[in-house]
Amino acid sequence: MPSSIERDQVLKLVEGGAQIVEVLPSEEYNEEHLRGAINIPLRVLTRETTSRLDPAEPVVTYCYDYQ
Amino acid sequence: MSSRAAWRLESLGFTKVYRYTAGKVDWLANGLPSEGAKAGELKVGKLVRKDVPTCHMGEKIGEVARRVSSADWDVCPVVNAERIVLGMLWPDDLNSDPESTAEQRMQPGPQTIRPDTTPHDAQQYFRKREYVLVTTSDGELIGVLRHADVEEQEDK
Repeated sequence: MPSSIERDQVLKLVEGGAQIVEVLPSEEYNEEHLRGAINIPLRVLTRETTSRLDPAEPVVTYCYDYQ
Repeated sequence: MSSRAAWRLESLGFTKVYRYTAGKVDWLANGLPSEGAKAGELKVGKLVRKDVPTCHMGEKIGEVARRVSSADWDVCPVVNAERIVLGMLWPDDLNSDPESTAEQRMQPGPQTIRPDTTPHDAQQYFRKREYVLVTTSDGELIGVLRHADVEEQEDK
């Protein structure tokens, strides 16, 4: 089950090399996103679009806020 | 949205999936590093005052007013245990009957803005008041934006 985490835990995971994924539409990602995040909008989140992620490493998803 | 994405990733075989629930708004509001066309553009999240005193609905106005005054403020958001904004005590409300409760005196449903609003766009919220509350889209209080702080920034 995916774990809900707070900012401090995100920072630790980022330090450890976690993959950060913004799932908002590309327009919003292009405006501003967390440093190092990649963009895979929810509506195109498929086996193909996630193939660049390493399934063995932690992945952190985020969007705008509590949505 | 991030929850659905996290579950989808699990369904695709990812085993260490986390969901940053507070999201981009929380990250940017705390001045953490970002990238993109608008990265570095000043947002009110960086001007917001997080030291504003808060109170709960059952507190007496007299007690709240003393606490607010000693913290050098003249307004007080009324929140619940989850810091969700329920109302606002403006200066007149804080100067009212000290035995009344915050619930009796608060102005319910105060206007709120998000921390990624630009100072320029925030100006429209200061037509009637010198403060506006900054919250997440769920209504959780981040802090108070002062008109004076926005004006100072706009003058730079």
